[in-house]
Amino acid sequence: MTAQHILSQFRATGVQTCFHNRHINPQILAGLDGSNWRLKDYEARGGYQALRKVLGIGGGEAMTQDQVIATVKESALRGRGGAGFPTGLKWSFMPRQFPGQKYLVCNSDEGEPGTCKDRDIMEFNPHIVIEGMAIAAFAMGITVGYNYIHGEIFSTYDRFEEALEEARAAGLLGNNILGSNFSFQLHAAHGFGAYICGEETALLESLEGKKGQPRFKPPFPASFGLYGKPTTINNTETFAAVPWIIRNGGQAYLECGKPNNGGTKIYSVSGDVEMPGNFEVPMGTPFSKLLELAGGVRAGRQLKAVIPGGSSSPILPASIMMDCTMDYDSIAKAGSMLGSGAVIVLDDSRCMVKSLQRLSYFYMHESCGQCTPCREGTGWLSRVVDRIENGHGRPADMDLLDSVAEDIQGRTICALGDAAAMPVRAMIKHFRHEFEYHVEHKTCMVPAYV
Amino acid sequence: MISESTKARFAKEVAKYPADQKQSAVMACLAIVQQELGYVSTDSEAVVAEYLGMAPMAVHEVTTFYNMYNQRPVGKYKLNVCTNLPCQLRDGVSTLKYLESKLGISMGQTTADGMFTLQQSECLGACADSPVMLVNDRSMCSFMTPEKLDQLVDGLRAAGDK
Repeated sequence: MTAQHILSQFRATGVQTCFHNRHINPQILAGLDGSNWRLKDYEARGGYQALRKVLGIGGGEAMTQDQVIATVKESALRGRGGAGFPTGLKWSFMPRQFPGQKYLVCNSDEGEPGTCKDRDIMEFNPHIVIEGMAIAAFAMGITVGYNYIHGEIFSTYDRFEEALEEARAAGLLGNNILGSNFSFQLHAAHGFGAYICGEETALLESLEGKKGQPRFKPPFPASFGLYGKPTTINNTETFAAVPWIIRNGGQAYLECGKPNNGGTKIYSVSGDVEMPGNFEVPMGTPFSKLLELAGGVRAGRQLKAVIPGGSSSPILPASIMMDCTMDYDSIAKAGSMLGSGAVIVLDDSRCMVKSLQRLSYFYMHESCGQCTPCREGTGWLSRVVDRIENGHGRPADMDLLDSVAEDIQGRTICALGDAAAMPVRAMIKHFRHEFEYHVEHKTCMVPAYV
Repeated sequence: MISESTKARFAKEVAKYPADQKQSAVMACLAIVQQELGYVSTDSEAVVAEYLGMAPMAVHEVTTFYNMYNQRPVGKYKLNVCTNLPCQLRDGVSTLKYLESKLGISMGQTTADGMFTLQQSECLGACADSPVMLVNDRSMCSFMTPEKLDQLVDGLRAAGDK
């Protein structure tokens, strides 16, 4: 066997994580089986009908740019990358009449620990992202777009390139799409290992061929984005939601979810569950239901805590989490963030100090070094948690951690500083006794950690 | 010197960007260099800089900022095991330890025969597939139990130059 053949044996098939039939009313992941990602398969599922509808091809009047944006606003679609910003509103910020080049960027730099949904979308349904981007480009009068893909998922990047070729060959991308007067060139770019490039202005810097260090905002990308031109950036899953909205209407999408939280959402459930994977369910689905879809807590253990929206979101104890529904507003009310929808489940055998130690190391490793509070502060956080875990903690360390975190939060150019600080503060708030036990007894409160 | 085939790959990347923004292709060009030569040397940086009309230092900034560029030679196969929290909860760390013991090296080291370099990595974006490992930047390997790790390592050793 050749080396390539050996390695290909271990490539993910999506069977465990995506094609498990444990979605609820899926839109993006519906009908996928791993082999049907090509253009003909996507069209057989109704693909590119929304783009045809927008362009008025095959019967019906073309939609206006305003109608497309109004439909997306009505749907209450909110950014799926983490911030949850209303997508239609963001699109309305683009100065459509700006005479120069404008850009559309898809943020597929999915590196928030716990998040693995955009990979499955692009791997198993890449054309839905292309169609969503084309519709967005039409609505905002944009003619050039880029999809910036996480460098670690290189095979997915290759697949997306292949899908782009298919779309170009079929006249779905390029000049005068499907014979209309709308033109849109879409390209794929890749990162190469930098968590910070998920931050939209760092991503733009990277796309310009530089170190991925975030920019000051304002100016926002809508006025000064890629190459200094007006730019709209949305997450992969956000674009993927658009075709369904156009086909079925904004109201129908809104009704799939709950008020202010339209549609379905793909949750990546990882950690201590029986069947980790991606689950597309309506916004507002109870957390307990999501946990059940993932097979429940592993090995019959008890739920201890959940990080509900990627590693940057504050951890919530089981008792609070079990009362939450999975939508932006409910998780925010409980004191955390829905973020990217990455649900990291921890069972009752887990030591919170050890868990925080790994996260704090990550933020130190990935701080871009631009802002002093983040560059220095993430190092402090990591070293102090390290010494608590290693039995050298001091009684004042918990307050020290909280104070260092407080001094980072809100004092940096981008949100990585906040992302490093929030998990620390939430861990100390909810599990202070475990940290104190560690300092006093120089060992874990819970049994041995694997 | 860069070969004609490499130049063709570079050109395909440059064509994605506006004519006055060739620098945008630097990430891709460096990744191509790494795939072909195994790492990005200062000489390679100079070649890419000249090709894209950039200052060599601007290219070096990119090589050193992004985790996946190898700034020095690595083994024939670079194994990156994710140990971030979601993977830590699902045998990521024990996977790394298993490979350390199987290969007889610590993370960050290369085997004496130059076959394998073992590294810990940050989130690969495949959390539900844990334990996950990225091989030579481009091949993600999912659900890597000890049996599969044996199969992979022994298989690659046996494959030799194939």
